[in-house]
Amino acid sequence: MTTTSSEGPAPAGPDPVLEADTAEPAASVAPAVVRLRDVGLFYGEFRAVKGVSFDVPTHQITSIIGPSGSGKSTLLRSINRMNDLIAGTRMEGEILYHEENLYASYVDPVEVRRRIGMVFQKPNPFPKSIYDNVAFGPRLNGFKGDLDGLVEQSLRRAAIWDEVKDKLKQSGLTLSGGQQQRLCIARAIATDPEVILMDEPCSALDPRATLQIEQLMAEIKERYTIVIVTHNMQQAARASDRTVFLNMAEDRAGYIVEQGETAQIFTNPTHQMTEDYVSGRFG
Amino acid sequence: MTASAAPGGSLLRGSRRRRRNEAAVRGALFAAAALSILISVGIVLSLVFEAVSFLSQIELSQLVAPGWFPRRGMFSIATVVVGTLIVTVIAMTIAAPVGLGSAIYLSEYATPRVRGIVKPILEILAGIPSVVLGFFALTWISPNIVQNLFPEAKGFSLMAAGIGVGVLTIPLVASISEDAMRAVPNALREASYGLGSRRLTTSVRVIVPAAISGIVAALILATSRAIGETMVVALAAGASGGSLFTVDPLGPGQTLTAAMASLAAGSDQVAGANAAFQSLFFLGLLLFLMTLVLNVIADTFVRRTRQKY
Amino acid sequence: MNAPSAVLGSRDRSVRRDGIDIRGLLFAGFLLLALLFSLAILTVLVGSQVVQGFPVFAERGIDFLTSDLASNPANAGVAQGIVGTALLVVVVAVLAFPVGIMTALYLEEYAGDTALARFININVRNLAGVPSVVYGILGLAVFVTLLAVLGDGDGKTILSGGLTLAVLVLPLVIITSAEAIRAVPDALREAGFGLGGSRWQVIRQLILPAAAPGILTGTVLALSRAIGETAVLILVGAVLGSFSTNGSLGALLTGPYTALPAIVFDWARKPGPAFQADTSAAIIVLLAITILANAMAVVLRNRYERKW
Repeated sequence: MTTTSSEGPAPAGPDPVLEADTAEPAASVAPAVVRLRDVGLFYGEFRAVKGVSFDVPTHQITSIIGPSGSGKSTLLRSINRMNDLIAGTRMEGEILYHEENLYASYVDPVEVRRRIGMVFQKPNPFPKSIYDNVAFGPRLNGFKGDLDGLVEQSLRRAAIWDEVKDKLKQSGLTLSGGQQQRLCIARAIATDPEVILMDEPCSALDPRATLQIEQLMAEIKERYTIVIVTHNMQQAARASDRTVFLNMAEDRAGYIVEQGETAQIFTNPTHQMTEDYVSGRFG
Repeated sequence: MTASAAPGGSLLRGSRRRRRNEAAVRGALFAAAALSILISVGIVLSLVFEAVSFLSQIELSQLVAPGWFPRRGMFSIATVVVGTLIVTVIAMTIAAPVGLGSAIYLSEYATPRVRGIVKPILEILAGIPSVVLGFFALTWISPNIVQNLFPEAKGFSLMAAGIGVGVLTIPLVASISEDAMRAVPNALREASYGLGSRRLTTSVRVIVPAAISGIVAALILATSRAIGETMVVALAAGASGGSLFTVDPLGPGQTLTAAMASLAAGSDQVAGANAAFQSLFFLGLLLFLMTLVLNVIADTFVRRTRQKY
Repeated sequence: MNAPSAVLGSRDRSVRRDGIDIRGLLFAGFLLLALLFSLAILTVLVGSQVVQGFPVFAERGIDFLTSDLASNPANAGVAQGIVGTALLVVVVAVLAFPVGIMTALYLEEYAGDTALARFININVRNLAGVPSVVYGILGLAVFVTLLAVLGDGDGKTILSGGLTLAVLVLPLVIITSAEAIRAVPDALREAGFGLGGSRWQVIRQLILPAAAPGILTGTVLALSRAIGETAVLILVGAVLGSFSTNGSLGALLTGPYTALPAIVFDWARKPGPAFQADTSAAIIVLLAITILANAMAVVLRNRYERKW
């Protein structure tokens, strides 16, 4: 754990929770929804991520940046237990959601994913109508109520209502890439999650659609807490409140080099490696 | 992974009903999958039990007889095995070149439009019931082809049956080896054409060697299919009561499968626990083992192709 | 085959066509011939059956389809065969499809890459290669015996025939369904799970609808295989049977039975041109059904091929 910055709130120790409370920088007073404590992730024998600890403050956007192969996506997917679906993955450490360990034996991953939603790298609407795409999650939950209203509300919050309100019966696949991704955000919103994980949501989109998504994120963070993985440093700098910078160690496992307020990470990083990365000198 | 108890009323626990339903679905699906194993066990057991019972009832010398006449206690294995081999060799002599030629044409020469027309035709040929091909072999191939080429040939002949079986296995050879050739990466093709090779050279020297595992698998599978084919032989090879040992492809003969069919359905239909009836299971066991070995070999070839690309 | 131009041509610096590539032409000719061979056989086969069988229809019309089996070829018809084949198809569809699709779902969505799953996979592939006549033996040893013990007849009923055919086509249903399920993109699964779908919800609402065309194609092909299958029926006793005429459903299911391909086999072995013509006429009926089924499968597959 010697590689973890002392600047971060939680260098993994024997009693991480206690230490996290004391070491928390004054800037992030917002309470944390999700806390990662000394998380290590494995694909079979290969260690993809080691010793990662950070807090996700509520109603903020936390971005995870770092070169490819540093385990950003794997880390993100561990937060709503999507990694469970890949055979041979293993997790050590703790991920706490409102101080409850998500990996406790009694926890049902399905319940986790209903509270911690996900938007993927490539827009992946279902081959169903726009309406049915948004209504999918609520229907899974046995939603009894004004489904039409919920669909409209979700599409409005995802800033796509005006573009699709006249063609709700059309297939979601007929939309443009940017529209598809906003539809996927609407679909995630419709299940009313507390946290939304976004795995490089703009990497398949053009600059204009990217900007729209970023604006959308800024609007919905009033209601939701967002964690975003991005390759795009400008995006992290523009859109996020906090930034976690991962890099690959010599054994190719990802670890946290530095974390903190986004402004600080980008303008006044503590580590030379961070400065090199955010100024585009590697990665 | 901490094995802690749930705090009272944790929402993350999920509904017990859903967990139970999920487990029930998983159990039902597993039961279905396990059924396929049960079927294999059933096949092996039903073959082995009766075959052993058959062998215990007869003198082993009865297996070496001048011919296969189950009602007279003559169970010459050589007769039916050699008959099967003759039919199989004739079938593969037809199916291998025709099937491979079609595959190379479809994979390397044909335009998408020609493929669009020809592939469905091969699929229709593959879907023709074997009993239909058997009747065709007996009433058309035998007089119009076999007896035309060899005037001394009989109306029922291993030759006519073999040609019929060959026609039946052409689509199998063609489709599996075409799949193998189309799986060869285009880069290899372009490299060959880039060196100034012609289509012939590219096909024969580059594509066929690269796809050889799949092609071999196709030929082995077709051989296995030919050995196990029943109706064509039962109708066109004649010799429904039995047959003396023969190596003459132009006359009637007996194969493993045809002997089984005639035991079960022929005028010499025999039932009950006598040796003649149980020889059916003995033949079945032989056939099962022969085709199993071939299928396992073919499977290793198929997997080798999959690994490569 | 040894044209010198093709051998020397490669050293030539000219970009002009150096003569005609005889070997290449011969090879292309051989390939085309191979292809035409199948085409010709198919044409002759169908043509010869139509020529021989058409007079039966011309003379008797629909009567051939509605008449029962008879020893006089002028009166014999395939009605019982059509009913028998239809009943067999129902038994196969009811038994083999659910079990086959369930097995495919287990292998693709639940089992992962465990030793057990690999074993089941290998087992299914080997079952697919077992000759049908061996399945007939299984039917004879297991289903016929079982039904004889349970019922009062000799067990050679449409149920034992249908059960055996269902077992015969099961590997085909499993393999084609598994392929269709595997072709469903992972993005769809991830989206479903990401929204909090349980495994069964994701399967029911996303994977099965997406894989449905492929699964349907496989099941139609399996049915077509079952319709034309003869060897199995001979072993489990369809050949010499016919339906009892006082047709209560119970009598239909527990009595002797026959099916279209079994009738073709039986008539094909009868001497005389009259039964030969009847055989061809029965073949036309059988071919019409199987080719229709196959064509349906091909159309289905082409229409839904690769949406992703």
